[in-house]
Amino acid sequence: MRELRIHGRGGQGSVTAAELIAVAAFEGGVFAQAFPAFGVERRGAPVQAFVRFDDKKIRKRSQVYEPDYIIVQDSTLIKDVNVFLGVKKGGIVIVNTEKVPDYTVPEGVKLITIDATSIALNVLGLPITNTSLMGAFAAATGEIKFAALEHALNHRFPKELAAKNIEAARQAFNTVKGAAA
Amino acid sequence: MLEIVEGSHAVAEAVKLCRPQVVSAYPITPQTHIVEALADMVANCQLDADYITVENELSALSACIGASAAGSRVYSATTSQGLALMFEVCFNAAGMRLPIVMTIANRALGAPLSIWNDQQDSISLRDSGWLQFYAEDNQEATDLHFIAYKVCEDHSVLLPAMVCFDGFILSHVYEPVDMLSQEDVDRYLPPFNPYQRLDAADPISFGMYATPDYYHEFRYEIDNAAKRAKEVIQKAGKEFGTMFGRDYSALVEGYRLDDAETAIVAMGSICGTIKDAIDEMRAEGRKVGLLKIRVFRPFPSEEIAQALSNVKRVAVLDKDISLGAKGAVAIEVRDALYGSVTPVKGYVLGLGGRDVRKKDIKEIVSLVEKGVGDQFFGLRRELL
Repeated sequence: MRELRIHGRGGQGSVTAAELIAVAAFEGGVFAQAFPAFGVERRGAPVQAFVRFDDKKIRKRSQVYEPDYIIVQDSTLIKDVNVFLGVKKGGIVIVNTEKVPDYTVPEGVKLITIDATSIALNVLGLPITNTSLMGAFAAATGEIKFAALEHALNHRFPKELAAKNIEAARQAFNTVKGAAA
Repeated sequence: MLEIVEGSHAVAEAVKLCRPQVVSAYPITPQTHIVEALADMVANCQLDADYITVENELSALSACIGASAAGSRVYSATTSQGLALMFEVCFNAAGMRLPIVMTIANRALGAPLSIWNDQQDSISLRDSGWLQFYAEDNQEATDLHFIAYKVCEDHSVLLPAMVCFDGFILSHVYEPVDMLSQEDVDRYLPPFNPYQRLDAADPISFGMYATPDYYHEFRYEIDNAAKRAKEVIQKAGKEFGTMFGRDYSALVEGYRLDDAETAIVAMGSICGTIKDAIDEMRAEGRKVGLLKIRVFRPFPSEEIAQALSNVKRVAVLDKDISLGAKGAVAIEVRDALYGSVTPVKGYVLGLGGRDVRKKDIKEIVSLVEKGVGDQFFGLRRELL
């Protein structure tokens, strides 16, 4: 089983990202489970959402404590919340930032930074970074195919909005793929 | 076909397939997504039902009682404080022998206010005459609605039922669910055929008063009906299995229990985490199994005694507490095992949304092996 933990702030679409990643993973033929860290959602407050992936039915219901993957939607969280807590060796951390990191991830963990906010502002006109980061996640981990992500977004949003979000996801996907090449 | 959906939407879809004629509910976290979805379905003409909006839960269930007495298939959903507000009419629904089905998205009761999961709400209504089903996952949560209607409306039962699934943990999770088609459900669940109903041409009364000469026998009859429901559930669960491949004929279900020395007894979504923990303990050579209680009312005493007849010790997990006594499930399991020398220990855990992990389950198994139990598990001692 592989596990993803998403850190964000209320209003950034972390829960939606978790749901859509699970939908895309399921379309790719694996079992997936997505759920929020249940709380009283307030705009701007730290929130978490989780996704599990497995080849068999997922029974576990506890929160995710030792993730294989972490997405940090807002790098200002790093000084307040221990976002890297429990990440597995060989894991992948994706941080939305335009800055050079002044923090370190645990040993044996791969850090990928991407300026998802700029992509979102350019493409959507709003600093809603979840769909860009979903594209980055697809490129970095291979857990979901881009076509499945596209399908999930088309299913979730009205046509025009879906097209913009797919474009944002694609730009982030290509950026991460390009950096890896 | 397997689809990945939110638990609440899967339940709403299942309810739609049951073709309720009247829905009345009041929104409350974490039940809200179910009734929002049903309201949408009614507004969009996908569900041919009257959706009665009301000012609170007491009115919601009262409206359901009236509609059911008039001969309609009815549905409601609530949780926590909402269910507490329904307390009075819950007893009326059972006493009037009305086959209402209501989803409970299990949540803690205040004070202090908690929107998070435990099972105190429905457990507190265990004496009300409602049948109670507890779901481990969203597949069960959806399927149990079809079974609940079938059982409740059986003329040898005629009682209401709560289909309980853990708030947030199941209601807000996206996971794959195999949803039946309308054609499938129509084959399984025939239209509601009321045993008796309000009819201006042939007037009768429901819920009259009963003097001491009669009341006692009314209660006896309700109790008998609840006990008869056992067989009806077995039959309806088996028929469901034959038709759709998922057999719900067992009121309790063992997992790696056959050669187990330690049995864990639990209800609801925690059973999934327990199964994963058991697989890991088994790999270490520890003989642990699970007995899942799917039907809490009627209480399957004989089935529990039978299933636990060969184990050396039993750990019962309760996401509820009868304050001043013990967890409700532990009390009743111990009652079921009366006369046996097998030690039964209770553990109250996961109240108000406290997360329960595999390591907690393993720790409880170690405790019961040492004979330590009948306690709140996982207390933060620094807060006391």
